[in-house]
Amino acid sequence: MTDAPYDLAPGEVSIFGRAARMAASGVGIYTIGLVLAVILTATSFWVANTSLLWALGVPMGLVVLAIAQMGVHLVFFLHITTAPDNTNNVLALAFGVLIVFLVVVGSLWIMTDLNTNMMQSAEQMNLMRP
Amino acid sequence: MNVAVAVYDVKQDAFAPASEAGPAPKRVVVGFGFWVFLLSDIVMFSALFAAYAVLVHATAGGPAGPQLFNQVSVAIQTACLLASSYTCGLMSLAVSAQRRLDTYRFAFVTFALGAAFLALEIREFAGMIASGAAPQTSAFLSAYFTVVGCHGLHVTAGLIWLAVMMAQVAIKGFRPAVDRRLLCFALFWHALDIIWVWLFIAVYLMGVLP
Repeated sequence: MTDAPYDLAPGEVSIFGRAARMAASGVGIYTIGLVLAVILTATSFWVANTSLLWALGVPMGLVVLAIAQMGVHLVFFLHITTAPDNTNNVLALAFGVLIVFLVVVGSLWIMTDLNTNMMQSAEQMNLMRP
Repeated sequence: MNVAVAVYDVKQDAFAPASEAGPAPKRVVVGFGFWVFLLSDIVMFSALFAAYAVLVHATAGGPAGPQLFNQVSVAIQTACLLASSYTCGLMSLAVSAQRRLDTYRFAFVTFALGAAFLALEIREFAGMIASGAAPQTSAFLSAYFTVVGCHGLHVTAGLIWLAVMMAQVAIKGFRPAVDRRLLCFALFWHALDIIWVWLFIAVYLMGVLP
């Protein structure tokens, strides 16, 4: 029977993909996660400090690395999977990600727009300075 | 039939079809509820992150990121929190195997690493405030202390929670209620690490970019 009666509690290891779970059960899962997270963290620090990369692309690269590391934490530490017994957990996560995205991108968008449209001349800015 | 007793901590060995399975076991309900709380906590942090991102250039003539942030300290803090997340995972394994000594051992390492993280953060804050970069100096610093300090408060709460849980394991043993609380603690601790990933990348590393 592949139809699990309940979703798993988040943080619990899925019973699906048993072969994969046997191969890297318990300590193995956390160790893979740690190794990946360390690699991504080290890469982030390198990217922020190197002069080899195109400077304008560095912030975007850092965001990508952060998203990747978030994925590693979700999969290997929190055991959030795409297995059928994780549907509720994934749906809640998806909704959370949607709200986070709206809040952050929406704020940045609106505030940048306001800054551009309300930009005062240099003279006025000087008058306002304490 | 007493449904409340029937669903309470039943071990689900055999699979019934979803339509016949009845209410989910308490461990699943508690874990999911805590997961929803964590997501709402992350939504709260997203508002603080948005405020920081909007105000990051509003330094009001005061110090900015490159003068304030010490990358070595941040790297050590990151290592501490990541390692403590790992030992927290090992503690979860010890809990599910009901190995009491391993649980204490990994909980102690988790606690020590979390406390080291917190000590570094407090030292950093104290140094910044002593050098005149206090929260009231500029909007940038207000947002910085709010978002990083809020994470620090969460870590403090996590450390207290961990100590309480170890006392519960010592006194009550691995009963289902304690196991559920330990599951929630592990979720909380891993979620804090996810927030720290965004903190060290979006605040510290992006803050020192030229």
